[in-house]
Amino acid sequence: MKSEIRDRGNVRIIKMSGKITIGAGDVKIRELIDQALEDGKKHILLDLAGVSTIDSSGIGEMVACYTTVTKQGGQLKLLRLSPKINDILQVTQLITVFDVFDDEEEAVGAFT
Amino acid sequence: MTSQSLHAHLVLASRFENIEVAERTLRDLCDQAGCDGDDLYWVVTALREALANAVRHGNRSEPERKVFVDYLVDPSTVTIQVEDEGEGFDPATIPDPTDPENLLRPNGRGIFYMQQFMNQVEFGQAPNGGTSVKMVKQLQPKTKENEE
Repeated sequence: MKSEIRDRGNVRIIKMSGKITIGAGDVKIRELIDQALEDGKKHILLDLAGVSTIDSSGIGEMVACYTTVTKQGGQLKLLRLSPKINDILQVTQLITVFDVFDDEEEAVGAFT
Repeated sequence: MTSQSLHAHLVLASRFENIEVAERTLRDLCDQAGCDGDDLYWVVTALREALANAVRHGNRSEPERKVFVDYLVDPSTVTIQVEDEGEGFDPATIPDPTDPENLLRPNGRGIFYMQQFMNQVEFGQAPNGGTSVKMVKQLQPKTKENEE
């Protein structure tokens, strides 16, 4: 899994690509979120457009990060899900947990 | 594309990186059998979940314990069997991950995904006492339109 980080105002945008799977990408998500929180960025937008594969470990880590960020008074939102990743979130009803956006401007504006 | 059944058997050390080996083998067989697109994506997803469970939960990530993978692929069906050398488990003890009280649990979704993405998922006991899971996917019939 590869990642690119940039900040727009107080929003940390993390663009991920490749596989978010057990033993590799799942750990990386945790590190990226921990880094954002250490940097004082509690508004986090995960751009998943380039993610080809995510497994239950990757999904589980995203859920754990969502909980961590929320407990610290922050918000974690998702941007640009592929149809397959959308299906994966749908079947486990996690689509009801995450705020999901197709447009970055709209997503950045949705943080409160 | 071949009309014959393709069979392969892998014996893997319990390492997560070997999930990639198992995936490549499946993709190779499916390519020869003409299985691609959505079907291939979901079969690969289910295989990865079964392997991850075998390595982490079955074999407790002990590399000397083996994971056995059997593939049978033909143009209409993909059948995969994964066995570990663990102590076995009862899949009925896994809580429903879609239950509202479980939605934010960080784990417990792997078997659910396997059941969602395959037509048949059966758990049993491997001959060595570990867990055996057999998964079957009926492939969507090819039409001229979706072959183009």
